[in-house]
Amino acid sequence: MRRIGGACMKPPVFGYAAPRSAEEALALLSELGYDGKVLAGGQSLIPLLSMRLTAPHTLVDINRIPGLADIVIVEDGSVVVGALVRHAELLADAPAYAALPLLRRATSNVAHPAIRNRGTTCGSIAHADPSGEMTAILALTGGSVQIATSGAENRDVAASEFFLGPLESCLGPGELAVSVRFGAAEPRSGSAFLELARRRGDYAMCGAAVMVTVDEDETVTGVRAAYLSVGPVPAVHDLTAAVAGQHVGSADWGAAGELAATLVEPDGDLHASSDYRRRLVAVLTERALPQAAAEASSRSQEAA
Amino acid sequence: MTVTEDRVQASGHSATDREVGKSRKRKEDLRLLTGRTTWTDNHSLPGMLHMAILRSPVAHAKITNVDVSGALDRPGVIAAFSGQDFAEEQGVIPCAWPVTPDMVNPGHPSIAVGQVNHVGEAVAIVLARTKAAAQDALEAIDVDYEALPVVLDMEETVKDGADLVHSHTESNTSFRWVFDAGEAGTGTSTDEAFSGAEVTVSRRFIQQRLIPAFMEPRSSLADFQGEGVTLWSATQVPHILRLMIALSLGIPEHKVRVIAPDVGGGFGGKLQVTPEEFLVILASRRVGKPVKYTESRSESLLSAHHGRDQIQYIDIAAKRDGTVTGLRVRLLADMGAYLRLVSPGVPILGAFMYPAIYKFPAYNFTCDGVFTNKTPTDAYRGAGRPEATFAIERIMDELAAELDMDPMELRRKNWITHEEFPFTTVAGLTYDSGNYEAATDKALEMFGWDDLRAEQQQRRDAGDPIQLGLGISTFTEMCGLAPSRVLGSLSYGAGGWETASIRMLPSGKVEVVTGSSPHGQGHDTAWSQIVADQLGVGFDDVEVLHGDTASSPRGLDSYGSRSLVVGGIAVVKAAEKVVAKARKIAAHLLEANEDDLDFKDGSFSVRGTPDTKIGIQETALAVFAAHNYPEGIEPSLDSEATFDPVNFSFPHGTHLCATEVDTETGRVTIRKYVCVDDVGELVNPLIVEGQVHGGLAQGIAQAMFEEAVYDAEGNLTTGTFVDYTIPSATDLPHFDTANTVTASTTNPLGVKGVGEAGCIASTPAVVNAVVDAVRHRGVNDVQMPMTPERVWRALQGDQDSERAAEGTNAYGGATTEDEKLLDTGGPS
Ligand SMILES: Cc1cc2nc3c(=O)[nH]c(=O)nc-3n(C[C@H](O)[C@H](O)[C@H](O)COP(=O)(O)OP(=O)(O)OC[C@H]3O[C@@H](n4cnc5c(N)ncnc54)[C@H](O)[C@@H]3O)c2cc1C
Repeated sequence: MRRIGGACMKPPVFGYAAPRSAEEALALLSELGYDGKVLAGGQSLIPLLSMRLTAPHTLVDINRIPGLADIVIVEDGSVVVGALVRHAELLADAPAYAALPLLRRATSNVAHPAIRNRGTTCGSIAHADPSGEMTAILALTGGSVQIATSGAENRDVAASEFFLGPLESCLGPGELAVSVRFGAAEPRSGSAFLELARRRGDYAMCGAAVMVTVDEDETVTGVRAAYLSVGPVPAVHDLTAAVAGQHVGSADWGAAGELAATLVEPDGDLHASSDYRRRLVAVLTERALPQAAAEASSRSQEAA
Repeated sequence: MTVTEDRVQASGHSATDREVGKSRKRKEDLRLLTGRTTWTDNHSLPGMLHMAILRSPVAHAKITNVDVSGALDRPGVIAAFSGQDFAEEQGVIPCAWPVTPDMVNPGHPSIAVGQVNHVGEAVAIVLARTKAAAQDALEAIDVDYEALPVVLDMEETVKDGADLVHSHTESNTSFRWVFDAGEAGTGTSTDEAFSGAEVTVSRRFIQQRLIPAFMEPRSSLADFQGEGVTLWSATQVPHILRLMIALSLGIPEHKVRVIAPDVGGGFGGKLQVTPEEFLVILASRRVGKPVKYTESRSESLLSAHHGRDQIQYIDIAAKRDGTVTGLRVRLLADMGAYLRLVSPGVPILGAFMYPAIYKFPAYNFTCDGVFTNKTPTDAYRGAGRPEATFAIERIMDELAAELDMDPMELRRKNWITHEEFPFTTVAGLTYDSGNYEAATDKALEMFGWDDLRAEQQQRRDAGDPIQLGLGISTFTEMCGLAPSRVLGSLSYGAGGWETASIRMLPSGKVEVVTGSSPHGQGHDTAWSQIVADQLGVGFDDVEVLHGDTASSPRGLDSYGSRSLVVGGIAVVKAAEKVVAKARKIAAHLLEANEDDLDFKDGSFSVRGTPDTKIGIQETALAVFAAHNYPEGIEPSLDSEATFDPVNFSFPHGTHLCATEVDTETGRVTIRKYVCVDDVGELVNPLIVEGQVHGGLAQGIAQAMFEEAVYDAEGNLTTGTFVDYTIPSATDLPHFDTANTVTASTTNPLGVKGVGEAGCIASTPAVVNAVVDAVRHRGVNDVQMPMTPERVWRALQGDQDSERAAEGTNAYGGATTEDEKLLDTGGPS
């Protein structure tokens, strides 16, 4: 293990290890406990180090571990994304898009191309930023995180259990998220993603990922939404009550938006106050739902 | 209309292959873009130590104790000092622009002794063998602070009984500077104009605080040896810096050498004499080793000077038919905690530009410069003129709305027509040339004004949630700083001339030494084009040297769009001297009378016998050999010239912007941006376009994206590029740019300067467009930056929209009571 802290470093001194296998990585992580920190794409961790907001004893770089870079479409339609799949790879992956179009719709809003080339989808979920796009998608699709520890079976933690607070997940010391699984889209469902950021590539002031499900008659049977930047953890809200039983062509999406606005409890910051964020929740919901509904009804027609 | 025919044409090249006017790619770019260049931080010297600075985490406090001993125990650390250690020798950071005789300058130490006055002020330094070691050791320094009340809100600080930033001053006001056209004899005073006015409109505009955010962070390396020092620094002003080091630190001027190697941007942010530069010099002298300091981006945003930050109260008076009759401007200008090099002068430069292109008979301007516990402000691209242009162009739109008149028609009714030049404005400036009609007509045509207006109406009628707005900015500016006598009359501490020298080398190649100091503008290329034409030599035969006071001892550097208009003209003058001298020598060699020689395409030929000729480059070789030259002439082909302009130059143009406003989210998208700039003759159209693009980006950034925000404790909350939101190319529209050419009459190239134009003109065009989009919803202003939330709040009729950013109280907002006071007497 090397200590790094050269002639021209912004971060505090840290140790560095680059294990070549998952077993080696897990052994090292469990040995290090709280002193170890997984380094994936580094797009969140390195800025924190450079600003000296964190000072881990040792970084365990997982980039040289084989077998973690696969995207697998499971038979039930869920999509499993390995720990070293970069945002850009998920964005470009045609089978993943076909299985779960929301993945691409959301990933295209994550940061800038350069950051997407390096940053990992898994890493952004491990980072548990409630402003992140992929955390919201994981929550909305009812996905889960596959967690490995040395000398134990992998555990599978549902999104609803995984996120504990801003930048806080249930990942403990010694643990590695080996993959994340995004839940399958329901039949006769459609999705949409909209967000508003100060600049392109910024974390959004507010974003909405929505799913609409219809029946054979194109009547709305389910509406669920997950929001970015409006709470401590990505939360899923069921908005079905506002439009249940209405036909997709004439549903009162505005009412669903207003319902959503009453369910969220956003904080304010420099870029957007809580009032404004609440309003964005309503507007983005009202705009995203008809898009999702249109997809749901065309799926429904295909199914018929 | 100004005529251009009588301007001196360059003699060296025939008109067909003139270099001036070609879109040459920039000579310097290979080096700059590949990074194989000499940024200051790329320099290292044997034995060099690295400096790190402990900066104040509090905005206003007494320092009761600084203990640096802990740092000394850290590995690699050589020395650590507090402000007290330099108390006797640190001089003061100079302010060269005492705008009034009674201006209060509280004194600006390089490193705090006893008290800190803004977050980010230097408190202690560490010198170590590596940068990391120096940085790490800062944690081991103990400082005890005793909090003082924090002063942030300009409108509060000027009130009686306000807490003081500097306890040894009587108030937080540094100066009051007044211009009254009646007293100056350039027009009438405003009282009558307003008391008898048919229509008046008043507004309070906020010029939010901005951060220049140049690409290369500041860096300095000092090597103190014997009695003197060599300083490498990422500065715009090596010559001014040299003099100020001599005057302020007491090092004899001839023992100070300043080198500004390649410098990566400045935008005024490196027009400064900085505490960091003084500190590396003081530290190097103390430890007897070279010392380097390069700031991090976070330090840069916090402690390099900021720009803008003014509250503008502007009143306009007019007749019902739209004829303007008076203009009254009162400013509160935030100096921050200290006065820096030209801090007080920045708003004063704006004073002359409020009347802009309009024929106001009456004008009054008052500016109060005030202190707050924030980072000092100083020049930022446009320096005073963007603020002025914003206020006048915004209020012209408001007046048009009040009169129910088309905003362009209102402008046409009041602007100086092209037959009226030269025109002396109510602010006392004489605009030598211009053609506002031509630029405007061209812009309107490119923009498709009528179609966009029709679409706007459709969207309004349909109640479209996305509304369209059209914004105008018909701007002018003064640049080419500056005639030395004018600067003298404004109490500036120096002149505005510029120097160039030319050395013809034996092989006929040419070295041009310029006193102008580039930091990304492309001097090497433009100067080569000018000299190629003047001397009739190849573009590639010219090398441009700059930025080292040892090789370029005289100069006043680059800022205020002065490089070409002053420095470039000095190059022309130096070239003329070379040609004049070469002519004498050529005549001697050709055994002809010098009056019988023609100079064309780089050769002297005898009129009537064109085959009897000698090239200027051959002449240079003959001069070097010096075997045969005329009596009474020194054998050299070198020259030096200093050019002091007789007037400013006045670029102008028409910028048109169409914005789409999402009325449900407040999001603004620029749909179309057209600008037609008249910057006089173009030496290099490619460079001109680049300058315009960059300027537009920064001007639009002020309108929509950027603001340096402080919280109630005086912490900069926009301390990284995550929160200080500079736009990137993807956030900006396509720019349709074009030029009209009305040559400046006051310099032989007919050029006007383009460095700041885009930045000055664009901001009001964008804000006018947004207000135009939602005016029918009762909105008549949106404070900058027009974030989606601010626009949305304005649409909700929320008067408090400026407080959208939580935790900031920088522009608390005047109460109705205060506004009444201001209406009668101006801020006091
Ligand atoms: C300028 C900029 C803009 C950005 N904008 C956005 C945006 O708009 N939306 C967005 O979602 N993100 C954005 N990001 C963050 C980016 O998406 C990151 O890629 C992502 O958050 C982290 O992934 P990473 O692979 O880089 O993780 P790293 O930075 O390497 O790690 C982040 C954290 O997760 C932990 N971690 C990573 N992988 C694992 C694992 N397999 N097991 C256990 N722990 C792990 C690390 O220990 C660390 O604590 C932005 C980043 C930057 C620099």
